[in-house]
Amino acid sequence: MLRISRLTKAILIAIVGFLLIFMYTPLFVLILNSFNESQISGWPIESFSTKWWAFAKDYQPIRDALLNSVLVATGAMIIASILGTLFAFAMKGFDFFGKSTVNILIVLPIALPGIVTGVAFSNTYSNFLSPAGINLGYFGMIVAHATFCIVMVFNNVFARLKRMNPSLQEASADLGAGLWQTFRLVTFPQFRTSFAAGALLAFALSFDEVVVTIFTAPPGVDTLPLWILKEVGRPNQASVVNVVATVVILLSLIPVYVSQRLARAQEEER
Amino acid sequence: MALIEIRNLAKAFGTVKAVDDVTLDIGSGEFITLLGPSGSGKTTVLRMIAGFEDPDAGSISLAGEDITHLPPFDRDVNTVFQDYALFPHMTIQENVEYGLRTRKVPKVERAKQALDAIASVKLEQTADRLPHQLSGGQRQRIALARALVLRPRVLLLDEPLGALDRQLREEMQIELKKIQRDAGITFIFVTHDQEEAMRMSDRIVVFNEGKVEQVGTPQDVYNKPATRFVAGFLGAANILSGEDAKKIFGKSKTVSIRPERMRLQPSNSKISNDESSVSAVVQEAAFVGANTVYIVETEFGFRLNVSKTNTELLGQDKSFAAGDRVLVVWHNSQAAEIPA
Repeated sequence: MLRISRLTKAILIAIVGFLLIFMYTPLFVLILNSFNESQISGWPIESFSTKWWAFAKDYQPIRDALLNSVLVATGAMIIASILGTLFAFAMKGFDFFGKSTVNILIVLPIALPGIVTGVAFSNTYSNFLSPAGINLGYFGMIVAHATFCIVMVFNNVFARLKRMNPSLQEASADLGAGLWQTFRLVTFPQFRTSFAAGALLAFALSFDEVVVTIFTAPPGVDTLPLWILKEVGRPNQASVVNVVATVVILLSLIPVYVSQRLARAQEEER
Repeated sequence: MALIEIRNLAKAFGTVKAVDDVTLDIGSGEFITLLGPSGSGKTTVLRMIAGFEDPDAGSISLAGEDITHLPPFDRDVNTVFQDYALFPHMTIQENVEYGLRTRKVPKVERAKQALDAIASVKLEQTADRLPHQLSGGQRQRIALARALVLRPRVLLLDEPLGALDRQLREEMQIELKKIQRDAGITFIFVTHDQEEAMRMSDRIVVFNEGKVEQVGTPQDVYNKPATRFVAGFLGAANILSGEDAKKIFGKSKTVSIRPERMRLQPSNSKISNDESSVSAVVQEAAFVGANTVYIVETEFGFRLNVSKTNTELLGQDKSFAAGDRVLVVWHNSQAAEIPA
């Protein structure tokens, strides 16, 4: 362990404290304001109430938006989990021409600006698929989200597969297990923690996405972030927006937190 | 008919011929060791018998059935891996039950058999633990139990004792041999440790550069090495060839004489009719506990190693020291001629 003087230690703690306050004060104010009695956010908060929470709970557009967000994030997570895992197995198990290029192509969508992805999908859907009679609609939004979620599952599963002892699969076959049995009983249990961690990150990533959603959401369909974006301009909705924003924070943070815990649990397993 | 018949087996990785035209018969109930340095092809042969590698050419048959290209799960052989390959997420009992489970043995029956197998390696108390909670030696025994519970016709062991410390390794050598005798299963054992090979095996197959150099009992391989490589790989050897051999034996040939089969005598002493000798000067005498190892330079210029067992009582040792003139003597039958 590095030894540092008490003064240095105090300064370091002060810096970290300042950074944390800097990062989290706005979120904290937002969450507090969701309990503000008044229609308009303000400081100091004069009286607290759960009035806007109750309002939001029964307000149909918000309920629809929440349902959409959960559906889209779940759909994107499922597609990303399957494709990301398959990619990881292909990259781990086989050597083929253009392997490193394929690797980059899998990772690229997360690095692409959302607006580029959004425009690209929007163009493809309205200029190519629609004229050909294929209207993806809602599913198109899920597919667009899945493109940048794949990398989350891929990275997690691939890293785990690379560390896996190859003789485990041989031992399984040696003891009489067929390919599917080996996958189910030996291989999958070895990477299921990474798989779950990656899937949760994919869910979180899709849940708070807004730019790609703008371009690919069918007319009249809002996700929670999209609803916030539309309502934030109307001053008398401010407190409801704070409620919805708090929900988005929670539903994004919880998967990330669980995912971190899973990753740590796996570290300890070995 | 041999239990396993290997015919002209070959396998290359890229341009490297890992296994090159290997033919071998292995009898039922035999303890046979594939011995060789790393990269000699011994492990690749084992992996082809197990089904983990597909041969490029040749065939393998088990009890008359051609298994050359069968997948591992369709062969009546089981493997003990070098790193044990216990499934880390399963308890010891689940690990040992695994093979019974894939064979669809009913739950109660397989638990009974697994617990018996665990008891047979004296680790009953570990049944509910996970592999990482066991020591290396314990994991080794569980790996053995997991393979033996299936009562295979052939057990393949890939350097199973390599990761154990010396004392534990010697205990396991004795135990493995006992298990093999009791169960009457054919063991095919891979090692690079020549002492281990000689201690345990009925027969040894010496590998070098993908080829079989010699097959024989430990005594055969040690006393009558078929090649220079075998003479040098198993134990220490004085190998005389070319001009050096001509000066001693009168004609050019290759001869191997073990250091412990030679002795030193005072330079003016007599030898019997069926012995040969060469005069030499002691260069170095090293005491290594049970033995003293001498390096002597002969009158013809080449050096020999001579080893003497230290059987004398303290203070009665008539040993030689560096600089002494001596006669190196050996019985003629101890000079093993190596076919060219």
